[in-house]
Amino acid sequence: MNLYVLLKMVPDTVEELNVSADGQSLDSEFLRFKLSEPDDHALEQALLLKEKHGGTVTVVALDAPEVDDVLFTALAKGGDRAVKIPIAQAGLGTAASAGVLAAFFAAPGAITPDTLLLPGSQAIDDLEGELAPLLAAALNLPYVGVVCGVQAADGKATILKEFAGGLRAEFEVALPAVLGIQSAEKPPRYVPVAKVRAAMKSATIDTAELAPPDRPVQLDIARLYKPEAAGRAEMVEGAPADVADKLVDVLAKHSVV
Amino acid sequence: MANPILVLAEQVRGELADITFEMLGAGRALAIASGAPLYAALLGSEAAPLAAKLGAADKVFTVEHPHLDLAPAGTVAAALKGLVDHTQAGLVLLGCTNVSLGIGSMLAAHSGLPLVNFCRAITFQAGTLTCTSQLFGGKILSDVKLADGRGIVSVYPGAFPVDAGKHDGTPPVEKVDLAVEAPKAVFKRYVEPETGDVDITKQDVLVGVGRGIQTQDNVQLAEDLAQILGGAVCASRPVIDQGWLPLSRQVGKSGMTVKPRVYLALGISGAPEHWEGMQNAQCIIAVNTDPKAPIFDGAHYGVVGDVLELLPVLTEKIKARKAT
Repeated sequence: MNLYVLLKMVPDTVEELNVSADGQSLDSEFLRFKLSEPDDHALEQALLLKEKHGGTVTVVALDAPEVDDVLFTALAKGGDRAVKIPIAQAGLGTAASAGVLAAFFAAPGAITPDTLLLPGSQAIDDLEGELAPLLAAALNLPYVGVVCGVQAADGKATILKEFAGGLRAEFEVALPAVLGIQSAEKPPRYVPVAKVRAAMKSATIDTAELAPPDRPVQLDIARLYKPEAAGRAEMVEGAPADVADKLVDVLAKHSVV
Repeated sequence: MANPILVLAEQVRGELADITFEMLGAGRALAIASGAPLYAALLGSEAAPLAAKLGAADKVFTVEHPHLDLAPAGTVAAALKGLVDHTQAGLVLLGCTNVSLGIGSMLAAHSGLPLVNFCRAITFQAGTLTCTSQLFGGKILSDVKLADGRGIVSVYPGAFPVDAGKHDGTPPVEKVDLAVEAPKAVFKRYVEPETGDVDITKQDVLVGVGRGIQTQDNVQLAEDLAQILGGAVCASRPVIDQGWLPLSRQVGKSGMTVKPRVYLALGISGAPEHWEGMQNAQCIIAVNTDPKAPIFDGAHYGVVGDVLELLPVLTEKIKARKAT
């Protein structure tokens, strides 16, 4: 199979996020980036498919801080080829990113009859929409999102899509197709740092030159801001033992102790 | 903003989902503020009997075609585009749910209308439509203006009250004949929810664990607490994805919606996908090392601290209190 995984860097929300002075973007000074979590699952799903059916896994990313580490990590995990598009992801809305990536896949021979494009189902900054359906629309390929399992056979993929309340459904789709991966069938694999370092020494990241988008952002964003602390929790403070005592009181008040 | 507002009714297994009524309520408020009519779009072969329940809309447009039953986003978006053209709708509301995911993006790609995702509030003031969205797991909000009130808005479940979109009256229904292409992804079968040992939707007390629990072994600390409280352990997505707890214990967008008397959110940041599933708990107690975690904006009680440190102490204190 010809498997592509689209990797995107997002701010690590474990860190504090601040809005820059223009009120239009995040303050990049202290931002730490990490691979968008569903994309990590998309990579794992691609590696599982390769192990089962053979083929190649190509990881593709726009330029972003720390993206080289992520691409080398993907190679160390079993990816065959890494491609970086030297257009900064920062400042691009999902629609513009999808346009750039659609141009990458429009290259002759990029999409073969046994191709699956595997972006993450969504990302925490998808204000303009999700990459997977936008890419599918641009390339006129079938799309299913919120995918949590993929089996391939005879030019088709049988996929599991999540609904709500634990309900899922099986869909069948002919390849080539775009599947927005929510979670892989197994947790993303761990790769030792030594193996990543080895990949950094032995492997290379290919570059694909593409035209930057005309309209980086489609939406008229009036402002970004932090939520106001209205309706904020009553904070319980003190040493663990004091906090525990107070929480027991709360639990007693609600008649569960 | 004179063009109609069109709400895409969401249905699962022949039932209208709450998000449908939440959007109709939000749409009605916008219709009153702007003077635009409020329409509902209902797709699929089972549309007719459901249309009668959409009395909050001024009119319901149905496309009754079997290809639209459990259709993938592309097929739904194409039909919806047909209804947008037919009704001259300017604003389309659809659910920010697993069922509808991707439809808005596809419709945006085909119609040229801008999409605003993750929306929690919509206002229409002085001729301007503003959508407030939750980004970065709820840590940042954004206000987006839609020129002439034209666009597609993907609305978070739970952002608007259900009751405001329920109305006893029977709405006029127009059946629209559209050519519907055969879907490129074909529904095969449902895979029923895994039935676990406990039904977390029926518990009075839930001990919810998130990423902050750190390892599978530590889940036992939460089990100990749940046991002494006579409740059960549940989890946010990252814990389930790691395989530390079964799927039947997942709370949130893909998992269960729970309404216990007490919900302890331990090491859970409170991303919208999780919040959606437990926001209606009567009492929410949150413990997180990050004082800026969004969970503290909605919880009733909050503790900034390490769950691993607090859990054993809390369990012992409850034991002691029960013994007295």
